[in-house]
Amino acid sequence: MNVKTKNRLFKDKVMLWGICLFAGLTAVPLLAILGEVLLRGYDQLSWSFFTEPTPTAYKAMKAIAAGEPIPGGIANGIIGTLIMLGMAIVVAVPVGILCGAYLAENSKRRFAQVVSYLTDLLQGTPSVIIGIITYIWVVVPMKGYSAIAGSVALCIMMLPLIIRSTEETLKILPASLKEAGLALGANSARVMLKVQLPAAFGGIFTGVLLAISRVIGETAPLMFTALGCSLIRWSIDKPISAVPLLIWEFFNDPNLQDLIWGASLFLLLFVLTLNVLSKYLAKKWNQ
Amino acid sequence: MESVTPILEFKNTCVSYTKQTMAVKYVSAAIERNTITAIMGPSGCGKSTLLRAVNLMHNLYPNIRVGGEILLNGADILSMEPIDVRRRVGMVFQRPAPFPTMSIYDNVLSGFALNGIRLSKAEKDATVEHCLRSVALWDEVKDVLNKKGTFLSGGQQQRLCIARALAMKPDVLLMDEPTSALDPIATKHIEELLLELQKEVTILIVTHNMGQAKRISSKSMFMYLGELVEYGDTETMFTNPTDERTRAYLTGKMG
Repeated sequence: MNVKTKNRLFKDKVMLWGICLFAGLTAVPLLAILGEVLLRGYDQLSWSFFTEPTPTAYKAMKAIAAGEPIPGGIANGIIGTLIMLGMAIVVAVPVGILCGAYLAENSKRRFAQVVSYLTDLLQGTPSVIIGIITYIWVVVPMKGYSAIAGSVALCIMMLPLIIRSTEETLKILPASLKEAGLALGANSARVMLKVQLPAAFGGIFTGVLLAISRVIGETAPLMFTALGCSLIRWSIDKPISAVPLLIWEFFNDPNLQDLIWGASLFLLLFVLTLNVLSKYLAKKWNQ
Repeated sequence: MESVTPILEFKNTCVSYTKQTMAVKYVSAAIERNTITAIMGPSGCGKSTLLRAVNLMHNLYPNIRVGGEILLNGADILSMEPIDVRRRVGMVFQRPAPFPTMSIYDNVLSGFALNGIRLSKAEKDATVEHCLRSVALWDEVKDVLNKKGTFLSGGQQQRLCIARALAMKPDVLLMDEPTSALDPIATKHIEELLLELQKEVTILIVTHNMGQAKRISSKSMFMYLGELVEYGDTETMFTNPTDERTRAYLTGKMG
């Protein structure tokens, strides 16, 4: 081997190592966060942590004074999160899919282009602004904070993600699929419903899961809308709690600070599970 | 007795993608019932464009204009609703495109499902069996009818697509280079199949493959730069073409 070839191979190796190093570095923040939260939070996780509501500051104080772990948990937050998320999904998924289907089919129309552009803007709108707007639109007319208001805010935040993923997935389907359906004499609505949307299901489902994992950790919009509540509540017209709201409340209450890490760990694991699940499903459907 | 009206007739049919250029120029030809008519010509000569005009596929794209007349059993389809025309004119595409989310069984019946036509279980079973038998696929798939159509080989998928089109009992079947994505053996199967099928349906087939046109068609069209250069019996065209351009294409001097 001559010197030049050796030199070139050496440069190649340096490059490769460099790339591996920086690729590895990007994983460090996530692993560090996960490690920190796991380390601090794992001993708080217990059955009662998931089944009992937040303790009062007085109870927590007493437990701390007696050297016992703080009683109670985040059940009120979990239930509130699930209720608001559920209501948001029920509205955002069908509306988002229909809107995405419209945008994918009519990408040359002026109206569709405007809607598409607005969707981008909505996606970039800071969540705190969505919170304050929902406060004006829902909380003020309803004369009170409620799970409904919280779910409206979450719904608005989910919509652009679902619209975008539906539109993108439909656009990459082969045109022959749609033409084959139309060639059988069907109208385009039926072809969309029976051929295109089922074929795009994997991508759309992934989009919905990602939308959920994006809004599940939102705190700011819920401060203006759901407010929070230390009781387990099932009604949708009253203030309600959510896991990210609880983390904020624990942080602000010196007596409850020990609960922060358990709640954070739960939220983090929930979001990671959704992400892994969506990756797995996307892979499975693409086969 | 032979029918007086041809099943399909082009009268000065034109298709243009832009205002300046025409992809198909004043094509006139009458297609006979229960024949296979091949449309040949070099790439970009407008043969697929002409074919897609017959089931109004061009209506999907607002910038494409179709002029002249296309008569189906004497009535101009250009003034009809696409969804009515397409039920009577089936189409098979270049790449096999079975619906990926449907089973083989449901693929055959997809025309009914997509048109909202309800069938009884017995009717469904009978249709599936009849259509799959007529494309010689029944024996191969009768035990896996509930599997997805995309598990089949390319040739089987294409036969499934033909079965799907046949299920709607079309008058005319349009085929846009149906074997160009298939290997020679699968191609041979499809060709044998088409020779059988012409008893039931009139077939208009676009092909790049001159050998294929010669083997299966009774009439041939030769198109060049959007014009219909020559139309007549395949036999005559291959042995004694009247136009110099046809001769040049068939002998491989142009293509």
